[in-house]
Amino acid sequence: MSALRPDLAIIAANVAPGARVLDVGCGDGDLLAVLRDERGCDARGMEIDSASVANCVSRGLSVIQGDADSDLAIYPDQAFDYAILSQTLQTTHRPDRVLEELLRIGGKAFVSFPNFGHWRVRLSLLWNGRMPVTRLLPVAWYETPNIHHVTVSDFRDLVADRGITVEQEWFLSGDKHCSAAMAAFRAEHAVFLISRR
Amino acid sequence: MATAALVTASTVLDLAEPLPLDCGQRLEGVRIAYETYGALNDSRSNAVLICHATTGDQHVASPHPITGKPGWWDRMVGPGKPIDTDRFFVVCPNVLGSCMGTSGPSSIHPDGQPWGMRFPVITIRDMVRAHLALLDALGIDRLHAVVGGSMGGMQALSLAANWPERADRVMAIAATGEMPAQNIAFQEVGRQAVMADPNWQQGAYYGTGKAPDAGLSVARMAAHITYLSEATLSEKFGRRLQDREAKSFGFDADFQVESYLRYQGESFTGRFDANSYLYITRAMSYFDLAEECGGRLADAFKDCKARFCLVSFDTDWLYPTAESRKLAHALNAAGAPVSFVELAAPFGHDSFLLDVPELDRVIAGFLSP
Repeated sequence: MSALRPDLAIIAANVAPGARVLDVGCGDGDLLAVLRDERGCDARGMEIDSASVANCVSRGLSVIQGDADSDLAIYPDQAFDYAILSQTLQTTHRPDRVLEELLRIGGKAFVSFPNFGHWRVRLSLLWNGRMPVTRLLPVAWYETPNIHHVTVSDFRDLVADRGITVEQEWFLSGDKHCSAAMAAFRAEHAVFLISRR
Repeated sequence: MATAALVTASTVLDLAEPLPLDCGQRLEGVRIAYETYGALNDSRSNAVLICHATTGDQHVASPHPITGKPGWWDRMVGPGKPIDTDRFFVVCPNVLGSCMGTSGPSSIHPDGQPWGMRFPVITIRDMVRAHLALLDALGIDRLHAVVGGSMGGMQALSLAANWPERADRVMAIAATGEMPAQNIAFQEVGRQAVMADPNWQQGAYYGTGKAPDAGLSVARMAAHITYLSEATLSEKFGRRLQDREAKSFGFDADFQVESYLRYQGESFTGRFDANSYLYITRAMSYFDLAEECGGRLADAFKDCKARFCLVSFDTDWLYPTAESRKLAHALNAAGAPVSFVELAAPFGHDSFLLDVPELDRVIAGFLSP
């Protein structure tokens, strides 16, 4: 699994073998392929970009072209053990509604996103007064797909407000883990496992 | 086309048993013309059924016996091609009701005369019944895949819904689970054009030396427009004039697009039977998978274990993406593993027959182990 992006590797390692999984915003299907081939999962995907969907289908994966904001509604309640939303939350129009949908169609949900509260981001805004361009946020503000920047603290507030349980959390700085205590500043990337337990 | 039956070099199968039809009749003496490519493996597990579209035929990858043109999916089917005949045993039958060797209105009735309008009205599911009778005769219980575009896609879906144990993979390209009203409307225009032609003679034109070629040609012209996109027509023809410097101020084919459509219409009459056109478009108009399976589209797939792949094209306004999305929705609700992709292609509905490399990749990938 070493070829996977670090946040995807965390998710892949923590999905129960044989589970039914929906990866929302699955890109070219790297995580789906690992879940299917190494974890024996019934892995399905949704992706907005048609070239990526075509790639997935040509890899033998079951992927539907669709938009997380509008098309999650087509899945029945609790159709999956896990719903996965990796690096996609910040590109959705209504992240709160997308989270609700994830927990409607999946028993649990993995959500990963770049932490806008990372110290580099904070410094860039504080010192330069400019929207930051960093490794995980590499695109200028006017052309970024990220329309709802979110911090680790914001995310915690949102799930607490909605009565959602955080089952597990992982924080990454580069490909190294960092502690939850320092995550608000130090994490470049966060992965949460949430549920409605 | 004035002759009773078109000559075809394909293999034919004469069914020993009568074929039960949705209309309640049992059709005796059914003949099915088909082509095969590649070899059936020992475990009989590598068969791929290809279902052709409205006016297609079994010559999927062999030259058409009348026009001499390459098979309609020659680019897709063959050794090393996306539907790889080095791996798969490809079976492509001519549909029931057609005119390329399978029983249809131009075939000979047991009384020695052509069936004409005495041929029973058939449905998409009846076409699939004939396909399955062929597969039975070939000793194929279970298909590796059934693949079809447009009307062929409807057959693939009907097979999956009505005989869920017969196919492991189901691919429907530019297809729909029910014929949309707009398409029924266009097809009615085509049928009325045929039936308004005095040479149609209530369908009994065989052997009279006069066939409803003008009507069939108009039907084809109207249908052909629906297969293309506005962009294709504009790019290919625009408002350019045909073989002239100025408008004629008459009703000749002044515009290139007019000349092109007339050619398409006329050449169609040389290879297709007008009554077959009536029967096949009627079958499509009747197609409603939800109705076939008790009223709810998702229920149509509740027993399916097959993997599905649906493809639409962004410029196809005849079978638009929304129709494929509806199918994907239903398959999801049934818990079936389904892929769905809308491919970008400029050619409208006909994109499934034309050079869209992304489609090749999707088909090859979906069929691979």
